[in-house]
Amino acid sequence: MTSLPLSDPGAPEAEPRRISRRPSGGDAVFVNVFRVIGASVLVITGGVGVFLAVQTVPTLRHYGIDFLTTARWEPEIDLLGIAGVVVGTISIAVLAMVFAFPLALLTALFITEYAPARVKPFLVSLVDLMAAVPSIVYGLWGFFLMMPHVAELSYWLQRNFGWVPFFEIRDTDPNSPVWDTTRYIASSFCASVPVAMMVLPMACAVMRQVFSQTPPGEREAALALGATRWGVITSVVLPFGRGGIIGGTMLGLGRALGETIAVALIISPAFEIKWNVLEVGAISVSSLIAIQFSEASPSQLSALLAAGFVLFVLTLVVNTCAAMIVNRSRSGADADA
Amino acid sequence: MSTSTTTSATVAPRTHLPVRDDDAPPPVPRPAIGAPNADELFVRLGAWVAAVAIAWLITQRFLPLAGVPWFLIVLFVSGVAMTALLTTMTGTWVEVKDRVAGAVVTSGALVVGAALVSTVAFVFLRGWRALLHANFFLDDMAGVDPKASFDTGGVAHAISGSLIQLGIALVITLPLGIGTAVFMTEVGGRFSRVVRTVVEAMTALPSIVAGLFVYAVLILTLGFPPSGFAAGMAIAVMMLPIIARAADVVLRVVPGTLREASLAPSASRWRTVWHVVLPTARPGLATAVILGVARGIGETSPVLLTSGAANFLVTNPFEGAMNSLPLYIYNGARSGEPALIDRAFGAAAVLMVLVLVLFVIARLVARPAGGNRRGLVRPVVRPVVRAVGAVVRKIPTSRSSS
Repeated sequence: MTSLPLSDPGAPEAEPRRISRRPSGGDAVFVNVFRVIGASVLVITGGVGVFLAVQTVPTLRHYGIDFLTTARWEPEIDLLGIAGVVVGTISIAVLAMVFAFPLALLTALFITEYAPARVKPFLVSLVDLMAAVPSIVYGLWGFFLMMPHVAELSYWLQRNFGWVPFFEIRDTDPNSPVWDTTRYIASSFCASVPVAMMVLPMACAVMRQVFSQTPPGEREAALALGATRWGVITSVVLPFGRGGIIGGTMLGLGRALGETIAVALIISPAFEIKWNVLEVGAISVSSLIAIQFSEASPSQLSALLAAGFVLFVLTLVVNTCAAMIVNRSRSGADADA
Repeated sequence: MSTSTTTSATVAPRTHLPVRDDDAPPPVPRPAIGAPNADELFVRLGAWVAAVAIAWLITQRFLPLAGVPWFLIVLFVSGVAMTALLTTMTGTWVEVKDRVAGAVVTSGALVVGAALVSTVAFVFLRGWRALLHANFFLDDMAGVDPKASFDTGGVAHAISGSLIQLGIALVITLPLGIGTAVFMTEVGGRFSRVVRTVVEAMTALPSIVAGLFVYAVLILTLGFPPSGFAAGMAIAVMMLPIIARAADVVLRVVPGTLREASLAPSASRWRTVWHVVLPTARPGLATAVILGVARGIGETSPVLLTSGAANFLVTNPFEGAMNSLPLYIYNGARSGEPALIDRAFGAAAVLMVLVLVLFVIARLVARPAGGNRRGLVRPVVRPVVRAVGAVVRKIPTSRSSS
């Protein structure tokens, strides 16, 4: 049987419970412990950025604003500048994207649109595996396997397209009977090949993910109107994935800017603002640090740190733009959460 | 139905039964929808057969274009041209475009696949001989002549160094990274948004700069010697934002209803995190950590600046220079000494095996458990894993909170 509660007239008046969002007891401990963890990570990671920024101050004071506009890096006569280094970094990264962008786009399209459904997960894993291969392995590949072929390609480009200013190689005669290999190797062009291999899977993964989120309704609508596979790609997939394509490419670019080991392994350092990308000699900020850090005096070390800061800012700007583009576009609207 | 026929004054519609026509031609089997018919197959395959022949003619007989690369280039161009030509004979412009695009896209994917295969195969082809010697895994390079054959010396010091440095980095990044992720998702507040912004920004930090930071602070300012500890710290500084951000995205995908279901019967927030949120996200977290480790173990630049390269076995990370696999490979490749370069390739093969093993483990962990474990958790695991896949693939990037 159900018994009704008896009301007790002598009981004190019921008061509404006070509601507080402030954690108490164990919850307070939990919140504060994790707040401390978050704060410590903030200090560590933020500390790196602040430290680098602070290090640029003595450098700029010592070398003045010329530090940003001088191309030469000659510690012997205390003349340091990063203009040439930054230009070298950007040219290697952009060249790498010239290789990586079309290949990444085609691979992403192949995986989402052309591959049979059964092998699709396998191909996705392969792209991920490609991203997990250490950069030093790509460096070995680029240095020992690809460099002779790339040098040959440089020679061919110079002979046939030498009139293009980028393809000019100074102090060489393309028509000489003996091919002077040493002028064609160790260039930005050679370094950009393994860097392209490193950034390709990342750009490809972003593009593939965005393509795979194409609304099936729009895709089927195009098919129902009689579109071919290519028609679906041009009218639905690519317009929908435009943000992902741009964003993925920029993410790749951000990674390419910071790539160190493959570049340091391949190039021979040359400190000048150089547009002849096929010619021997190049430099990038990260390889400059890798090569120079051990024999650097304190002031040079702070110059290296300043160069690192410039690289960090460059990467940060590129990555932030990429994230904004990916998030603003329609693509990835329901990526997660 | 019967009412409509009786009430209607007009002629009732009648049903005609089909009559079997004995003179009709035998039925044609309908082709499978979407599968190419014989004509189409002939055009697709025939174009490439023709292209091989044309490429052979052009490169070997007509023009002085010796070498495999030229053959492949001519093969590609003529294959696309033949596809276009054969399609024009039967189809319209729209079909030509479709076929050509298909050929180009497939070739692009094949190029990428070939590049990946050539990378892996090249390293193993040049390095496998070293792997046949047991001493390659058990010995170090102390007192070994640089020109010595594989019978003496090995990379035990580099392998152990890599593992020790990675262990140090993991001890630091694992609690801090996942703790930060828990803070960002479970505690929240204005301060957590600041932390998230900074962590996302720091994923853009190039690894060499992380190494340089540790070099400048730990070694030059605080006076530590170049050591395994410093290298571990450098890897940790590099990995911390990556793992924190990946874990953050994983935890954000855990459905809020699960949390509410735990909080409603007055579980404390810590219990909710420990018994509900973290177990739900476990496969995703594991994948994030393992793939982060795979990146950490292969990263050369922070180690290059901070550890120094000893050629003997060092087990105490505070003692002094300690080698690691990527650093060993880098120094070997730069040495210019053929025997050392071969050893570098052997070490690269070992490193690749390590990364492959980690990668396969990550895949297996990420796969939703095969057995029916708990009915509630299973549907949740999938989106979590998918999110990790997405994050880990673009690890060194920033993803703004949606």
